[in-house]
Amino acid sequence: MTDQALALESAPARRHRPWLLLLAATWHQTRAKIGLALVALVVGIALVGPFFAPYGPDESVQVDGVFALPFEPPSDAARFGTDELGRDVWSRFLWGGRSVLALSVLSTALGAILGIAFGLAAAYSRGLLDEIFMRTQDVVLAFPQLVFALVLVATVGPETWLLVVAVGITTMPRIARVTRGAAVEVVERDFVRAAESIGVPQRKILFGEILPNIMSPLVVEVTLRLTFNIAVIASLSFLGFGLQPPAADWGLMINENRQGLVAGQPSGVVLPVVAIGLLTIGTSLVGDGFLRAAIGIERGGRRE
Amino acid sequence: MTSASALEVERLRVELEGEGIDIVDEVSFHVDAGEVLGLVGESGSGKTTVGLAVLGHTRRGARVTSGDVRIEGRSILALDRLERQGLRGKLVSYVPQDPAAALNPALRIGKQLDETLSEHGFGASGEERRARITEALGEVLLPSDDAFLRRYPHQLSGGQQQRVALAMAFANRPRVIVLDEPTTGLDVTTQAHVLVTVQELCRAHGVAALYVSHDLAVVATLCLQVAVMYAGRIVEIGPTSLLFRGSAHPYARRLVEAIPELSGAHALVGIPGSAPRPGNRPQGCFFAPRCSYAVERCRVEFPPVARVSQDHEVRCWEHDHVLADALAARTAAVPLPEIKAHDALVAIRGLDASHGARQVLFGVDVVVRPQECVALVGESGSGKTTLARCIAGLHTNYEGEITFRGRPLRAGARRRDRETRREIQYVFQSPYTSLNPRKTIGQIIGQPISLFYDMGGREMRARAVEVLETVQLGGSVLERYPHHLSGGERQRVAIARALVANPQLLICDEVTSALDVSVQAAIVDLLAELQRELGLGLLFVTHNLALIRTIAQEVVVMSDGRIVERGASDAVLFAPQAEYTMRLLSDTPSLEAALAASG
Repeated sequence: MTDQALALESAPARRHRPWLLLLAATWHQTRAKIGLALVALVVGIALVGPFFAPYGPDESVQVDGVFALPFEPPSDAARFGTDELGRDVWSRFLWGGRSVLALSVLSTALGAILGIAFGLAAAYSRGLLDEIFMRTQDVVLAFPQLVFALVLVATVGPETWLLVVAVGITTMPRIARVTRGAAVEVVERDFVRAAESIGVPQRKILFGEILPNIMSPLVVEVTLRLTFNIAVIASLSFLGFGLQPPAADWGLMINENRQGLVAGQPSGVVLPVVAIGLLTIGTSLVGDGFLRAAIGIERGGRRE
Repeated sequence: MTSASALEVERLRVELEGEGIDIVDEVSFHVDAGEVLGLVGESGSGKTTVGLAVLGHTRRGARVTSGDVRIEGRSILALDRLERQGLRGKLVSYVPQDPAAALNPALRIGKQLDETLSEHGFGASGEERRARITEALGEVLLPSDDAFLRRYPHQLSGGQQQRVALAMAFANRPRVIVLDEPTTGLDVTTQAHVLVTVQELCRAHGVAALYVSHDLAVVATLCLQVAVMYAGRIVEIGPTSLLFRGSAHPYARRLVEAIPELSGAHALVGIPGSAPRPGNRPQGCFFAPRCSYAVERCRVEFPPVARVSQDHEVRCWEHDHVLADALAARTAAVPLPEIKAHDALVAIRGLDASHGARQVLFGVDVVVRPQECVALVGESGSGKTTLARCIAGLHTNYEGEITFRGRPLRAGARRRDRETRREIQYVFQSPYTSLNPRKTIGQIIGQPISLFYDMGGREMRARAVEVLETVQLGGSVLERYPHHLSGGERQRVAIARALVANPQLLICDEVTSALDVSVQAAIVDLLAELQRELGLGLLFVTHNLALIRTIAQEVVVMSDGRIVERGASDAVLFAPQAEYTMRLLSDTPSLEAALAASG
């Protein structure tokens, strides 16, 4: 044997980790940039907005010690007018983004964690366990997301944590399916056998060997689910199953200020609707960017 | 145009589109009617690119930029896309590597053959075409009754599928046929049949064939003329017997030395380094960096074609020196160590194994002693991989006894203790699937270290570097991902991952079948050496009989889940007792035999 190691035959290593490649390929697209800008704008309003709000979330507008009337048009005291209880629409808008954002992110995260765990376990175990796992998911999937959440909230009561759990659980089977579908093919590859033969614990095989190989489809799916969940959370609030009055919340605001549309003071509805709209458009643009980047990487990856 | 060859390729250049980088260049050759030209080269040498160019086709992203391809004097490249399409399958046809991918899985065999004919307007009626189909299938020794024609591709065996693809290619009586490694996925017996068929069909119908292959033994058996490609150039072209006995190009010579022989008389010598990729090719001769004959001029100027004799051309500045060295100067094989009487390292008794309800192993007994290498040979489906996986604990559906160092071995790696798992290591067939693409080499090698040994980060790294050096890679690969490495390098990493556990028994499952011959030689050489130095017990699973003498003292021949013959390598190879072994031996293409036959 030669004492010296052979000179390496291949091209110099690129230090880029695979997921960095995905991010870079996503960022190169205009749609992703626009999407990210929209998301940043809305998230920025939700996070920083309260510091710039002229009034508290539940504070009534007073001009010279006199309380403002409901649905007053924009004035110096209330830039976007007042709502149905004479509160400042602008301030409530600035305060009301946090809950929508936090609830949708939390519920999507919960759904993703559960879904990935179930999907991976199903793909790896195959056989009976696979059937049991995936049919359980099918049962959950049979309920429309909104109906399932409504049933839970109507039974237990409008609790915030319950909202997260309900939306999270209904998100789970969709992510589980994508996870399983992608993982089934990876499970068959020899590096999984190699790990088994030396006794790597199952948990490490699932999350250390298989999961990194299915990140691209998962990132795409989770972003898509987030987009949907924003709408679901907003809808639940609108229907009165989310945060309860007098809390400031975009979904709730739309409901409360419905009459403003006829009373000639539409800003209480328009502001949250536009914000939610921009947020969902933004996340779906980013998700679409991920999807295109992932496909591009799969196609181009063979060249190396 | 009676004087012209059936196929002429002249100074063909194919470039990567938009980049101006050549994939192949200066490729010229001709094939006469009824002849077969072998086009050999390792992966990435551009042989498939040339094969496709003969059909007037390039892969996506590539383009023919200059040169000419003429079939019976008619230039293919001057035609437009539609005209070329009309010629394919009629004037020139193609047999791909994977017949399963070439046949439409949704159409019956008869329908597909009929389409090939009617597409090119062969025959006036369905009956005429039907008669031609019968004839074409008869030529490839397949039945042509209705029951057969009504079958779908998946209802045929791999060999039958390849014959159907051949029948399809010959159906319109083309003048030129391109065969791109058509026997790669086939068993030796089937391969032998297909090769004979190709030879007979070409001769009988005066078809000029271009046989693209990486397997020199096959080419030597089939072709009278051979062209050797390296890095997109034909480096040597000439009569097979001349070229393989005394080639004038150093690369062709090294390639011959890398071919395993049944006799095992010579040491297998790999070629260090790898072929430069398009865009990465050095100045001067492309082989110069790996060449022992290289002089200053080789690094500056690309060698022109030099004529050695009639029909024998070479691109090498130093071909006089190369020719002067007799081929007999090859290194003799290192004799394998004798096995002293030992207790069995692993002993298998009466093993019956099943995949689901189907039994694949029937009462198999195998013993591997310490420091001994046992070769397990058989065709695909013989159950050899299942046997190997039972020992490794990857296949649990079996009955019978496996003992390891005298103690019974439990079924399934998970049910064994840590020491046992450490002492039995497994190297997989394809390094392209056995390494996790999302982990660095350091993480891959580090996994068994952290499982079996209590080591800190720095110590672990040192150990990883140490083991990478024993497989002739350096610590510089630690941070890389598998896709940064070549196939041979990846297989070295896979071997390093097994060795890092300090095993007693190493199971190698077809570890070279996914690799080029020069890389295969290097890997087998490495394994043989490691086995000698580390005193490993080695179970070497292979379908390639020619590798056995180089590495194994004992051979076990399997067929259909049963052992048909066993014994010392020499005895089995030179005086086989079982009929099956004899057939396997006679069907294995061998360079020695082919050259002996050519006189």
